[in-house]
Amino acid sequence: MKSFILSIYRFYADGFRNMTWGRQLWWLILLKVIILFAVLRAFFFTPTLSGKSEEQRIEHVGNELINK
Amino acid sequence: MVETALVDWSRLQFALTAGYHWLFVPLTLGLAIIVATMETIYVVKGDEFWKKVTKFWMKLFAINFAVGIATGIILEFQFGTNWSNYSWFVGDIFGAPLAIEGIFAFFMEATFFAVMFFGWEKVSKRFHLAATWLTGIGAAISAVWILIANAWMQHPVGMEFNPDTVRHEMVDFWGLVLNPVAISKFFHSVFSGWMTGAIFVIGISCWYLLKKRETRFALASIRVATIVGIIGTLAVMVSGDSSGVHAAKYQPMKLAAAEGLEDGGTRAPFSIVPGVEVPGVLSILATHDLDGYVPGINNLLDGYTAPDGEVVLSAEEKMARGKVAIEAFKQYREYKDTDPTLAAEARARLKENIDYFGYGYIDSREELVPPVNLIYWAFRVMVGLGGFLLLLMGVVLWTERRNRLKDMRWLQWIALLSIPLVYLAGQAGWIVAEVGRQPWVIQDLLPVKAAVSSVSVGAVQTTFFLFVAIFTLFLVIELRIMFKAIKKGPNVEIE
Repeated sequence: MKSFILSIYRFYADGFRNMTWGRQLWWLILLKVIILFAVLRAFFFTPTLSGKSEEQRIEHVGNELINK
Repeated sequence: MVETALVDWSRLQFALTAGYHWLFVPLTLGLAIIVATMETIYVVKGDEFWKKVTKFWMKLFAINFAVGIATGIILEFQFGTNWSNYSWFVGDIFGAPLAIEGIFAFFMEATFFAVMFFGWEKVSKRFHLAATWLTGIGAAISAVWILIANAWMQHPVGMEFNPDTVRHEMVDFWGLVLNPVAISKFFHSVFSGWMTGAIFVIGISCWYLLKKRETRFALASIRVATIVGIIGTLAVMVSGDSSGVHAAKYQPMKLAAAEGLEDGGTRAPFSIVPGVEVPGVLSILATHDLDGYVPGINNLLDGYTAPDGEVVLSAEEKMARGKVAIEAFKQYREYKDTDPTLAAEARARLKENIDYFGYGYIDSREELVPPVNLIYWAFRVMVGLGGFLLLLMGVVLWTERRNRLKDMRWLQWIALLSIPLVYLAGQAGWIVAEVGRQPWVIQDLLPVKAAVSSVSVGAVQTTFFLFVAIFTLFLVIELRIMFKAIKKGPNVEIE
């Protein structure tokens, strides 16, 4: 089992180490994920119902649906 | 009251993000199958030339994949922020398929995608080939779950509304999964991806022919792509036909708007362009029966009795029943802790009228009509371009088989310039599907104005323009990397 996990690890590690053109794609993915989660999600897309308990969420959406 | 500007900006932002996401998805779906077919030829023939052909298109596949990855996550951010009422109201019906998609896509892509790119010299030919096919199949399967969620909004089935939790709860998982709208939508979307991949490969290959380089590579790629593309396009036509029948059954207003059909009837005509109609064809397309009844916009608003005796309520009657449903929901909430009898009565009234719940938010019958001109023309752009691209692929394959394509520069130019057209067709298709179902987020149950969160218009505008900037930047980066890779070429032969 241990050697199986080790061989999978080596497979990925060698793959990343020997990348040529793929390297810039990984940088691009990393940059995008940082922008998405560390900027957009953190500062601009706080879920409207976050910080509310289950009961408060039910109350909030129920009122919204009745008063819209 | 909900601000119209808030609804419009929230919708615009969602449309922008979904439209951007759909630039990458169809190419991933289509290119994956083309690459897998090429690698199969390599494994069967054992010819190193096909390995290099495969590797080149695999590189473009990876570039597209890398830039497209995670663009769909932004849609999920928007569900929580801009559409929180909707997100809560749909409950696990929407969440479950998306969660399955996320987990499934992650594991499939992390394993098989890695074998595809890292495994050429490390695993056997057959294992590598299996990984390539499984990457393509995995991409298609992850699309299943997204499209099940989307189809549920178009034709909600397999659930029951619970007024205690204000959520829909799943009562029939297989009803949700085997929703007929989901099945036709899946095949329509995936095979349109095959078309996109095929036109992309044909167009790029024709660029090499125009440049008089990589000729053997280009012609071999064209041969595979045209066959995949023609199969894909024929399947798009079949699944499109079944989508039309489903629209007639479950979303008749969408069909009437796509046809600009004001007054329907039996032997309904199909409009090719305004003023040019083919009698009876719409009835055949919508019901597979020349004498099939197709309601028009006015029929749907006024209410009608179909020839089979089915009575469809007028807009005003539906709106009245919707208001009864919302009032019953309100009363249930008021009485559930104080008066069980009144609460039970209110709950029964809600259940009786739940099918019209969303109509309670509609103020005038005009709100029930989607923008007819946009949908009418989007449908014609989609179908017209689909027909043109099928013809193009047929001509390209025919001339290639007769060894004449490499001298036909005009045809090479048309093929190259057709790359943006296949994207236009795909976007037009989604406009028909999504704008056509307005005002509904969930057909008949929740209109956009009730689904939207109470957030400020300014916040939505800010993120909208932020997305425009970020998306443009990433698109420019992708195109630059892609063009660089294409310009460098596969280097697979000495001419």
